[in-house]
Amino acid sequence: MVRKVMEAATAVAEGVKLCKPAVIPLYPITPQTHIVERISEFVNDGDLDCELIHVESEHSAISAAVGSSSSGVRTYTATASQGLALMHEILFVASGMRLPIVMNVANRALSAPINIWNDHSDSVAARDTGWIQLYVESAQEAIDTTIQAFKIAEHNKVMLPIMVCLDGFTLTHVYEPVDIPQQGNVNRFLQKYKPSIKLDTKKPVTMGPIGYPDSFIHFKNQQKEAMLNALQIIKKINSEFNSKFHRKYGDGLIEMYNMKDAEYAVLCAGTICGTARVVIDNLRKTKNMKIGLIKLKSYRPFPVDSLINACKSLKGLAVIDKSFSFGFEGAFFTDVKSTLFNEKNKPLVHSFVGGLGGKDINTKDFEEIFNKIIKTKKPICEWLLKE
Amino acid sequence: MNKTKMIIGKKHKKCKPHKINPGAVVTEPGSSIINKTGSWRSLRPEWDKKKCTQCMSCWMYCPDCSIPVLNNKRIETDFEFCKGCGICAKECIFSSIVMIKEKK
Repeated sequence: MVRKVMEAATAVAEGVKLCKPAVIPLYPITPQTHIVERISEFVNDGDLDCELIHVESEHSAISAAVGSSSSGVRTYTATASQGLALMHEILFVASGMRLPIVMNVANRALSAPINIWNDHSDSVAARDTGWIQLYVESAQEAIDTTIQAFKIAEHNKVMLPIMVCLDGFTLTHVYEPVDIPQQGNVNRFLQKYKPSIKLDTKKPVTMGPIGYPDSFIHFKNQQKEAMLNALQIIKKINSEFNSKFHRKYGDGLIEMYNMKDAEYAVLCAGTICGTARVVIDNLRKTKNMKIGLIKLKSYRPFPVDSLINACKSLKGLAVIDKSFSFGFEGAFFTDVKSTLFNEKNKPLVHSFVGGLGGKDINTKDFEEIFNKIIKTKKPICEWLLKE
Repeated sequence: MNKTKMIIGKKHKKCKPHKINPGAVVTEPGSSIINKTGSWRSLRPEWDKKKCTQCMSCWMYCPDCSIPVLNNKRIETDFEFCKGCGICAKECIFSSIVMIKEKK
């Protein structure tokens, strides 16, 4: 194992290199550019033997990925923001055709007004496309999750595409110490991809045919089952990864921090979890507050059972969304509430929306959130707008 | 061939979810032959054998495979698949194909 200080985008590219995809269609977009630039360098230097396809748009990038994955080879791509929005149509095709494409999303706001900084609007808007979505907190988690993603996606009980979402700039462009796994260990962890069905002139098949009203719903039912299987497979692969590389991220679906005796907690995803950890340590030490963090790692499939267990003894839970469903509320908030709705012992759930378009959610914001949810007896719904 | 039949929706009631291939993959080749697609035609290409020079333009331009060829010569249009798009009539410079109203 090699420990190096590197940019998270580089770490992701190193992870992709270790997984040896055969085809990478790519189209650069801020803040994903550093990932595909590093990958292009690897290919140019002869460190990675793969077919790079320079396409004319993200719609073409994901379409090319659908084509190459159909032919039965490991396929990777990466995008962000407007690029992910442009892919939207084909995202459904990839999941409907059950193609295990792995894609990194460098989370960034959507226009207008035009904004290149981080929030989760782009990937949350692609929530219902049938893709598995995993959110990561650190450069180490980004590389580890990218390696795991190939194994999860290609598992014969899953066969679904995966988005590994990392925060634009606040993670992609940040330098951190990273353990790069050795190629041999990755080879043992991630076997060669052997699809059960592929496009092959020797054994012709039809992919992407019409689905009549009588059969269409059954294919969608299969997708639903595959997503439910993914809940178990993600957990299994997380612990398998731990036994080989000695690193794990909660149960693979959610990660809990100081939750054993916690009465109040925040739930969030991505890099702000790091800020939350610092505030929790601080307030526990200075004010003896019984507080904790639930880090949402897998957003789709939604970790219902893990979450219910985590919230059993809580009195209050603040859900922090870095995206918003206009006309209603934050998407994480909606899902957490509906998960807990039929439970007997459930916390009061509060909503805080912040960090849109790269606005910082800092330690002071977290302190205020904890103070507010401990004091209140009524649910709070508010936006973090202060300077 | 059973799987193919289920996907193209011919025998609806026998369709069971566990028999359907994930991703809607049809593993039997040639399934489009069973799936007749000529039923929604509102115009019908009428071919005049006498005017036809066998130039094969219609065969080349047909977006389906509705103009069968036998011994290097085109024969009557395959109406089980012809959707009546009219491209053959448009492309025929000898006016040997005319579109007429389909009677059902």
